[in-house]
This record gives sequence, structure tokens and C-alpha cells, in this order.
Amino acid sequence: MNALVTDPISWTDVGAVTDVPLRGARRVPTADGDIAIFRTGDGRVFALRDRCPHKGGPLSQGIVHGHAVTCPLHNWSFELATGEALGADRGKGCAPVAPLEVRDGRLFLGRV
Amino acid sequence: MSKSQAPKQKLVVVGNGMAGCRAVQEVLKRDPDRYEITIFGAEPRVNYDRIMLSPVLAGEKSFADIVINDEAWYRDNAITLHAGSAVEAIDRTAKVVRAAGGIEVGYDRLILATGSDPIRLPLPGADLAGVVTFRDLDDVEAMIAAAAPGAKAVVIGGGLLGIEAAYGLSRRGMSATVIHLLDVLMERQLDSSAGFLLTEALAAKGVATELEAQSEEIVGKDGRVAGLRLKDGRTLPCDLLVMAVGIRPATGLAKACGLAVNRGVLVDDTLRTSDPAVYAIGECVEHRGQCYGLVAPIWEMCRTLGEALTDGAGTYEGSSLSTRLKVSGVDVFSAGKHLGGAGCEDIVFRDAGRGVYKRIVLEDGKVAGAVLFGDAADGAWYFDLMRSGQDVAAIRETLVFGQAATEGLRGLDPSAAVAAMSDTAEVCGCNGVCKGEITAAISGQGLTTLEGVRAVTKASASCGTCAPLVEKLLKLSLGDAFQVQTGPKPVCGCTHRGHDEVRRRIVAEGLKSAPAAMQALEWTTPDGCQSCRPALNYYLVCAWPGEYRDDKQSRFINERVHANIQKDGTYSVVPRMWGGVTTPAELRAIADVADKFAIPTVKVTGGQRIDLLGVKKDDLPAVWADLNAAGMVSGHAYGKSLRTVKTCVGTDWCRFGTQDSTGLGVRLEKFMWGSWSPAKVKLGVSGCPRNCAEATCKDIGVICVDSGFEIHIGGAAGLEVRKTEILTKVASEDEAVWAICAIMQLYREKGWYLERIWKWMERVGLEPIRSEIEDPERRRALYDRFAYSQRFYRIDPWAERVAGRDAHEFNPLSRRMEFEVA
Repeated sequence: MNALVTDPISWTDVGAVTDVPLRGARRVPTADGDIAIFRTGDGRVFALRDRCPHKGGPLSQGIVHGHAVTCPLHNWSFELATGEALGADRGKGCAPVAPLEVRDGRLFLGRV
Repeated sequence: MSKSQAPKQKLVVVGNGMAGCRAVQEVLKRDPDRYEITIFGAEPRVNYDRIMLSPVLAGEKSFADIVINDEAWYRDNAITLHAGSAVEAIDRTAKVVRAAGGIEVGYDRLILATGSDPIRLPLPGADLAGVVTFRDLDDVEAMIAAAAPGAKAVVIGGGLLGIEAAYGLSRRGMSATVIHLLDVLMERQLDSSAGFLLTEALAAKGVATELEAQSEEIVGKDGRVAGLRLKDGRTLPCDLLVMAVGIRPATGLAKACGLAVNRGVLVDDTLRTSDPAVYAIGECVEHRGQCYGLVAPIWEMCRTLGEALTDGAGTYEGSSLSTRLKVSGVDVFSAGKHLGGAGCEDIVFRDAGRGVYKRIVLEDGKVAGAVLFGDAADGAWYFDLMRSGQDVAAIRETLVFGQAATEGLRGLDPSAAVAAMSDTAEVCGCNGVCKGEITAAISGQGLTTLEGVRAVTKASASCGTCAPLVEKLLKLSLGDAFQVQTGPKPVCGCTHRGHDEVRRRIVAEGLKSAPAAMQALEWTTPDGCQSCRPALNYYLVCAWPGEYRDDKQSRFINERVHANIQKDGTYSVVPRMWGGVTTPAELRAIADVADKFAIPTVKVTGGQRIDLLGVKKDDLPAVWADLNAAGMVSGHAYGKSLRTVKTCVGTDWCRFGTQDSTGLGVRLEKFMWGSWSPAKVKLGVSGCPRNCAEATCKDIGVICVDSGFEIHIGGAAGLEVRKTEILTKVASEDEAVWAICAIMQLYREKGWYLERIWKWMERVGLEPIRSEIEDPERRRALYDRFAYSQRFYRIDPWAERVAGRDAHEFNPLSRRMEFEVA
């Protein structure tokens, strides 16, 4: 795992799970840059830094498929659970995972 | 195990349900003489199989069929049963249980098996008559009593129990509707593909489903339920309302007597509570943070408890869960990590003919979960593989086909396995083709290719999953003479089918949604990928105008937000300028927008438009609102759609102009804008052969001449530079419009996604296109289909967004963390 942090000290309620469209994403601006929150077709949620390690594209704007997202700029795909690049770009970069928890249908984003 | 001596110890069980009685059986099995046993049950009847209440509701079983322990069992084992006596208090100091009716029984060991209570939503009207939960036989009887044929039932909750309740009521002649808060039924067990199939299968059985529906109020009439009002304002009339939204461990007694209780009664690995004389099992407990609502964990707990109460050693370490839906003819199984996750891979198999979907989730070479729909016969086998944690790398190829297929071939290398298959072994399940038929066809008819075998025997002609096996048979028969052939280029890695087949079958089979298409065409992934999703979405948009609901999440970001993403994540905005003609008022409005939103770059494009570059995403709706106010609409500079019609000034101004090229360009653009196509489409209309509009390097170009209009197609001026081919010549402007719209529609219907017109033309040839366009009837039919489609798509997406549609696309989810300093 490539979590930004391993032990978040504060959690912020950033909205309801259902505010994120299925097979879609929303972004949350933070003081350290945007975080992208993804919701996959099977209803799971993931959070990554909203910045493609390739050329900085906003991953929150990509197409979400399976448990992956494809960057809108140059089509790199990333595994949402780990942020690792997939396919031909495997091993070339990683979008850091942000700490995310679901409690009672609400999304909590963690921050150190 | 030592048999105990008299006097017997006193064992009291609170709860005469499945857990309580099973625990007693486990104790009796190990030491029948150790305890004097008393069981208290709140329900006035013997122990029955609660999970079979659904078939009782459906009228497929009677109560007698589901009794587990009849009166003789209690008698034969000298068990005192207090049925219908709810325990009211436990005195742990005196070790006495007090029940209704003044019954008091002392204990040495106490087992709490109080189960769970159904959750009742605190909706207004929840206390009306006809509002029931689905937990015990009384509930079932209440439902059956209300189930007059033709009456309406609404079930809140699209989980296992809710679906079974709705199905049972529909079997009783009611028209039943399931209301579910989320967009996938049984989302805790199913993925969206299986959920979709379940929705369809239930519809076929007469159970309607309302997804993403939130209940607001139960409407009553004369003290009885009359309907359910939803948040969206609709009211669903009903005569019976069932709440099946989940269960809550029944912990009241445990709490009242001071035992440690969290969500459930806390127990350790020997099922002991915080009081060493008191044990708890079943749905009322919380073990290692987990509460269970299924039967398998209860059996496992009871085994451990049987050991613990007879001085045995076993411990309970939690349960893996599997679920099976009990709806006749709808085979559903789910276990483990059915959604996959980090480090997991999926093996997906679909058989559209049989309505089968299977998803096996692998993690570290082991089965980690499974979802089976339509054929769940191998559920137990996958569950065993999962629990045993055995490495399945060696059987991976056949795993998804189930136990029979896998074990038939186990231990053999692939080619030896194929050679060892008997001639009667089925290779193609879809078409029922055996190995012998295939090898006979190969040798008898001199077949050398997969296509050949497919054509002669139909093997691998349907779902295609057996294609590798057929190739192995070819290899086996022909040796090195066999070369693997490639068929049509697949749409993507999710399917082996090509674009033509996908497009043809979407129309022929009436497939009107992506899940329907993925199932019928046997996609090998749960919800496609970044390549096939936009393609399928386009094919559905094109095939079913007015019917298909466009899936925004399957569109590339530019088409989702109606602007072009730039390298820094900002967007460029291009308002439409019909035929490249603008006015001072429009130019002023553009200048004002650029000032107001501090747009850094304003540039003229090659298609005779003005591009505003560097617009922040959040500003897009406001920018559009201002442009809309000045009469401008989206220029679709971002879409796989009609982009621009570039014109010269034609007879209006030019001394060489032969026709009104500007007027034709404007007319074409005003009719054709908003239409989606396989790839972008750019038009040019030049008023004379000097071709100032550069029409001969456009997708479709018009060169006006004195005698009429030459219509060209297939130009390119990008990575490829290519001059158009002349397709046809028409005499009037009307005919030019008809012909161009017909070409556009033919391309829309036949082109492959992302294939520009020139590529399509090279693939299919110019002549077939020409013969369609020059045949007046076919041209007319194409034009009519285009015109029909335009009724739905010739709309300004900017105005819709300004009016608030898809607002979530443009706003951050939350701004609460924006200015927090770490």
C-alpha cells in the first residue's frame, strides 16, 4: 500500500456515499491539493490523490471501470485500491491512496 | 469424554429458535446425561427452520414441512419447554431465570440464544395496520392473510429477505414492488452485473423493483396502510407494507442483567459472555466485532458451544459467509469477497443463452469470493475452495466452468487433457457440440481454422469461451499445420466480439442498456473498461434514440462536462458559430465572458470558431450561462459528434461563388448539431472549386459548382492527410442536405467507435456507401432515421447544465478541508 499516511489523526465528514455517482468520482479540495473519491459499479469507495503521476492529470475526471480509473489526459489506468498504474504502465507510477472510511453511509476523509 | 455423575447440572436456554435448539443438540450429542435442560421460547410453538419461512410465504412449503424439532424430540430428551413464555429477567447472582407467568428456573449454565429483532423504520405511519416485518411465523401469517389476489404489496428493502418476501407475496397473487435505497439489489452479496440480472429475473416473475428510492411516509386510510410515499414525491399504493430492512441483535435481556453488550452480546472464542456461567450464540452475539444474520455461522457456533459445555476444546474463530437466494428458478449464490478488491483478479463467465453470470474472485492464487447467477450448482464447491484456501493456479483455466469440468481434467497438462477427453465430452456448452463431432469435422472436411470449425459445427459460435479448447483440438489434429487465426478485432479485452457483431446484436436483440448488452454479448468483466464503455454507450445512443438513457459515467470527461480538458485540468470552451458566422453582439459577449472569468487565452480555431482556453471547471456553468444569455450554444468542440461546418462566403460576397455556400453550411449545422457519431465529424462547404473552406480534407465536404453540389467524403488533415473522394453530385441544396444527413446516419449506424469517416470508408469501400446514398428510398430512410434521432439530441447541453442538471459534475464534494492547515 502507498497510503499518504498510516495513522490519520483527524477525520472529516465530506459527504454521503451516494453523493458520488456510481462508476464516477468527486473531488475534495484540501489544503494539500485535491483528493479524488471514487465509487465503483459495485458500490465500493476509494480515495486517491487527484493527480496522475504521469503528467498530473485529474484522475477524478477519468472513466471508472471495475476497480480502476483511467486518467483523462493520456489514458494511464490505476488500481483504485493501491493507486498503482496498471497494464502497460505498470510499475511506472503510483497515485497515493488517501485514508477514507465509511460510517453510516457518510464518507470520512482522514488527514494527519 | 467422561460421562458426568448425578446430580445433573442445570442448563437453561433462553431462545427456542434454531440456535438454541441446535446448541442443545450439540450438547446432547456429546454428553446426553450431563444436564437437566430447560428451554424458554417466546413464540408459542416448537423450533422451526426460520430460513424456510420464505417458501412457506410463497406457498411452496407448509409449517409442518419446516419444523426441525417436534414435540417428541423435547419429550425424548427430557427437555422442559416453556413455549410462549418470554424470559423477563435474569438474576445472575442467584443464577435464576424469571419468565412470564411467574416461572422461575435456576441454572448452572445459561445459554442466551435470543436472536434478533427486525428493524422497523421510524417512518410516519409505521404503526398503521397492514405494516409488518418479516421475521417469524406470525409475520408470515399476517402477510398471507393480507395477500388477497390482485392486492398490492410494497416491500421496503432489496436485500435477501425483502426479495424473498416480495417473491412470496407475488406467488400469493399480489402485485409486489421492492423499494431499495441503493441502485443494486442485494448489494451486500451481489455486484452490479448480477444485481441487474436479478432485477430482470424478478420482473419476469412479476416482482417490480424501484431502485434508489427513499421512503418518506406510510400513508394510511381508516387506520390501515394505503400507500408508501417516496422522497421523489411519488406515492405507491399498497394494501400491505413489509419492512425488510435488516435485523438488530436482541440484547435487551443481556443488557438488563449487566452483561457486556456492544452491538451484540459480547462473547469470546468459546462463546462465553462476560459472565463465565453465561454463554451466548446466534444472531444476538457479537464475536470479534462481527454480528451474523445467516445460519451457517450459527451451526459453527453451536458446535463450539457443544464442546465448551462438555469440557471439550474447540474454539470458534469466526465464519466465512455464503448466501443463497430462495426464489424458485432464480439461482443466486454469493460468498466471500464477491466484489474483489486490492490485489484481487476476476474471472468472469457469462452465458447469455442460459442467463448465467459467474464471477470468481482470486487473491494470491486462491479463491477469495464468488458471485453466481443463473447457475449456482457449484456454489458449495467454490465456497469449499475458498475456505480451504487451496491454491487454484493449476485449475485456473477451467475453474469458472465448475467442479465437473475442472475435476475431469485435473492433473493433466492442457494438451494431454484435451487428448484424454472422451469423444462424447462436451466442448461447446452453448451449442452442445462434443469433442468427437469437432475432430470428425476437422479430419472429414479438412478444416484448418477456428472459423472453419465454427461454421461447420457451431462450436465456439456463441459465447466463445470454448474457443481456446477448439484451437487445442485443431492443434492436436493438425500438429504444426495449425496456425491460430485471428477473427474480427475485438472491441477490447472485455470481449472477443468485434464492433460489427456488437452493433448488429444490440439492434437485432433489442438490447437497450449496457448491462443488458454486456450480458447478452457475454462480456468477461463486470462493468467493462475505458475502451468498451464509451463504445457501447455510443452504440446504444445511436440504436435507441429517445429510449436509451445516456450513461454519463461511460463518457469521456469532455463529453461529460461539455468542454475540452487541458493539460492543467482546466477546460476550453468553444461556443457554436453557425457556419463560422458571428456578430458584433456575440463577439462582445465572448469578450465580456473572457474578462469576467479571467480567461487567459482566446484563440481562433481551424474550424472558424473562437476558443476560450483555461476555464476553471467550477466556472463552466457560469460561463455557459453568460454565453447562453447572448444566444450562443455549445459548439461540441469536445464531442464525438458534429463539430464544425466551415464555410466560405459564396455568392453572398465572393465574385467567384457559384452557390450560397455560407447559407448551406449554416443550414447543415443548424440541422445536424448535437448528433453523436463514432468519432468527430467536421464539414466544409466551399462555394467554388477554389475551395477556400478546404472542404476536400473534411470528413464530409461540399464543393459548389454552377450545376449543383459535389458531395465528398473521407478527407483527413490530422495524423493522416487525405483528400476526399467524390461520392455523388446533386442538383439542389435540398438534395445536398438530404444526402449529407444520409451519409452521416449511415456512418453513425455502421462506423466503429473512434473510427473516422475516412477509415470507415477504407474499411467498407466507397461503392457500398455510394449505392446507399444514390438509392432514393434508402437515402430517404437514412435521412428519416437521422431526423428522428435529432429530435432527441439537438439540444443545448450547456443550457441543461446551467439549469442545474448534473451539478455534481462541477462542484467539489466538500470544501470543508480546503483551508485546513495540516
